[in-house]
Amino acid sequence: MAKHHIQTTINGDEVDVLCEPSQSLLDVLRDELHLTGTKEGCATGDCGACSVTIDGRLVCACLVLGVEVNGAKIETIEGMADGENLHILQSKFIEHVALQCGICTPGLLIAAKSLLEENPDPTEEEVRYGLAGNLCRCTGYQKVVEAVLDAASELRGA
Amino acid sequence: MQHGIGQPVTRTEDPRLLTGRGIYVDDITLPNQAYAVIVYSTIAHGIIKSIDTEAASAAPGVLLILTGEDAKADGLGGFGPAFMPEDVGIPVPGHRTSRPILAQGKVRHLGERVALVVAETAHQAMDAAELVEVDYETLPAVTTAVEAVKDGAPQVYDEAANNTSFALRMGNGEAVAAAFESAAHTTKVSIYNNRLTANSMEPRGSNATYDRASGETTLYVSTQNPHGVREELSGHIFHEPETKLRVIARDVGGGFGMKGGVYPEEALVVWATRKIQRPVKWTPSRTESLMSDDQGRDQTVEAELALDADGKILALRWAALNNVGAYIVGAANVPVMFSLRLAQTVYAIPEIDVGTKAVFTNVPPTTPYRGAGRPEAVYIMERLMDTAAHEMGIDPVELRRKNLIAADAMPFTTHTHYVYDSGEFDATMSQCVAAADWDGFEKRKAESEANGRWRGRGLAYYIDDTGIFNDRMELRFDPSGSVTIVAGTFSHGQGHETTYPQMVSDWLGVDADNIRFIQGDTAAVSFGRGSYASRSMIVGGSALRYAADEIIEKGKKFAAHVMEASPADIEFADGKFVVAGTDKQMSMTEVAQWAYHPAGLPPELGIGLEGVGGFAATSPSFPNGCHISEVEIDQETGKVYLDRFVAVDDMGIVMNTLLAHGQVQGGVGQGVGQALLEDLQYDPDSGQLLTGSFLDYCMPRADDLPSMEIEMNEVPCTSNPIGVKGAGEGGTVGATPAVIIAILDALRSEGVNDIPMPATPERIWQALADAKKAA
Ligand code: FES
Ligand code: FES
Repeated sequence: MAKHHIQTTINGDEVDVLCEPSQSLLDVLRDELHLTGTKEGCATGDCGACSVTIDGRLVCACLVLGVEVNGAKIETIEGMADGENLHILQSKFIEHVALQCGICTPGLLIAAKSLLEENPDPTEEEVRYGLAGNLCRCTGYQKVVEAVLDAASELRGA
Repeated sequence: MQHGIGQPVTRTEDPRLLTGRGIYVDDITLPNQAYAVIVYSTIAHGIIKSIDTEAASAAPGVLLILTGEDAKADGLGGFGPAFMPEDVGIPVPGHRTSRPILAQGKVRHLGERVALVVAETAHQAMDAAELVEVDYETLPAVTTAVEAVKDGAPQVYDEAANNTSFALRMGNGEAVAAAFESAAHTTKVSIYNNRLTANSMEPRGSNATYDRASGETTLYVSTQNPHGVREELSGHIFHEPETKLRVIARDVGGGFGMKGGVYPEEALVVWATRKIQRPVKWTPSRTESLMSDDQGRDQTVEAELALDADGKILALRWAALNNVGAYIVGAANVPVMFSLRLAQTVYAIPEIDVGTKAVFTNVPPTTPYRGAGRPEAVYIMERLMDTAAHEMGIDPVELRRKNLIAADAMPFTTHTHYVYDSGEFDATMSQCVAAADWDGFEKRKAESEANGRWRGRGLAYYIDDTGIFNDRMELRFDPSGSVTIVAGTFSHGQGHETTYPQMVSDWLGVDADNIRFIQGDTAAVSFGRGSYASRSMIVGGSALRYAADEIIEKGKKFAAHVMEASPADIEFADGKFVVAGTDKQMSMTEVAQWAYHPAGLPPELGIGLEGVGGFAATSPSFPNGCHISEVEIDQETGKVYLDRFVAVDDMGIVMNTLLAHGQVQGGVGQGVGQALLEDLQYDPDSGQLLTGSFLDYCMPRADDLPSMEIEMNEVPCTSNPIGVKGAGEGGTVGATPAVIIAILDALRSEGVNDIPMPATPERIWQALADAKKAA
């Protein structure tokens, strides 16, 4: 099958990639571009481990085809920190120990960032609803929620 | 000390994990790797009449196809149980099974491995797997233990009559029968502790590569126990020395017991890479995980409690059936035995009589899943206590208080020969009752009612036997004076990379930045048993303490030599070796550097500074605690809202409060999952899996859980040198009964006295309808 030539911007870098028409964006990121920070937990849109943003919109990369992102701007976990400077959400995740095994964490961070961009001053309930698309089997979410609320208040103060 | 024991130190592993730099097994890509796909049995029970691989072999990109016949031809073995009752001194014979890596002649459950297909790409392997034609003669299937023990039920093994592998019974049947005769009150509950699956967010997976130069095979795998995987594959499948196989686990995305054993796929990729001499990678889909991971719980129980008129327990009796699935493999008997051994939980009960049968059915094997037998035991006991309290009109706190084992009765020997070394059950319960604002409940209940919701509260007291087997920890200084911890345990989310260095820093006075941590590579760690059964801090932590002690003893000799004193005059404190009564001293780092001097050291001191510690949990430790939950139930929809959750836990000395609280919160999440959402369902006739995706097998999400309040009552454990009790499982053990009891409390006014797990809105609605009909 003929491969498709895709041009996109990923974490600010212009990227050219050839992909099969059947490959999901998640497959393209992980298998073709070796950006393995984005994880697969289900491939059916139910766990959020594959969360990325396309043109600022939060999506499950497992539900988007690679060929659909031609010309789009994609942000993944690899682009969240600014060099060695962690994003405030990442720092707060460390401070609150909001991760255990860490496999869900890239997706949760991307989803949380997107949540705070839409709603800089969320209540606990809004955070819980906002992150309900991301499954975490280890933490019981409590420290995740605390970290996000803490990051939100720091971002507002800054 | 900022990094010392007990401090809420943040985790060393986190910067890597939250920037996407963690390396989980599916993140490993080896040069020239091929891809494996498994052909799973599509039926629950049947005879394999033939397997036609011709079309699949001719499909594009296919490199290798293997079936059970090939495994037989290559002389490969199968997986058996780690132990049967008779192997641990219980004189009960049982039917012992061997699980093949690929089915031979017969399939016994949906998802049994039938063939392996390896191709150039994952898609080609998947397409070719579709072309493998398996001709089955379907046999009748049985999926529940209750049906399987009946005469005339389909037989999973001809040799195991009534599908029973073995029956175990503990206690004194006669004395219990007599107690029930004379009891003022008896209480009875029927329970089905439902079938669950761990669903770690990272599925299992593996990648194996054969090195033609050395003849060694390296297996990358997502496991909780790398040395265990090597031992099983070498010993039971390939019948070869363990030196032929190196097993490496990097970051592992959760396990919860499910990754504690070894799986056919791990043998298959090793076998395949040796055949095609290219790396072979296997990554399951979520549906394949749900179908093929070993599963948890599945116990059916009839339980009774006899009490005197004051509410003092006279006797406990229960008879259970454990549905162990189609094979007994690995640690499968752990939950079966642990539920019996923990039967009396925290109560002073004069006599017990408890028994279970391990029953084969046509569903996947069971394995320890977070709690492993303790959730079953505690759920039975707490449901009995709650029902008895309700029936007798005694306050549930009061009924427990009358029967809890007193703190001054420690050490306390149970009827099943466990010795509880320590515990303040009454004080811990009181602390939890206060923290939960027990007395404010009626007010909250009235508010809920006004909003169209019933409110109920549930209290559960749990105990957990934690820590198992022995293990080995090493401390190795290098010539620069920094130290490496070589761990026999295996952290897969617990944060050992943080906690162990925290402890070593405290004990040896070495800066945490100069402590490196390695685990999970059989070539770098000489031996270990991995992490499960909440064992790491007890066994690994204690072994680490002994390794540190050896370092101090050896260090004293080096220090004595350098400072020209007698070793007996060297004292070690605060990271310094001091010649007693003088101001002569050397730091740990200086001593370590000296230990590597190229010349001038007496030969009896050896070269370098290393310590090895071993510890065996001859007696488990017994973390325990009280959980109180409050639920609201929507009167229209039957949906349960978990409103409050308070836990007071005694996990002995706490090494790191942040991480300990995280263990409780995560554990509670899984316990709540069983109570409200999670259920593996099989069609009773066909044995087909009905819950094969996250849409059907639901797990708690952020909006399903409340913020929990967690407190500790630290009662040091006396059976290990560092005073710790296991932290990993208690949350799960306590939460399930606390939530179900709260639901029953909320619904009692409506005539509902029982509810199955998970208590979904549909089931609550049904229970309400049934109660209305009966009224
Ligand atoms: S992998 Fe995309 S939602 Fe689970
Ligand atoms: S930290 Fe393990 S799944 Fe979230």
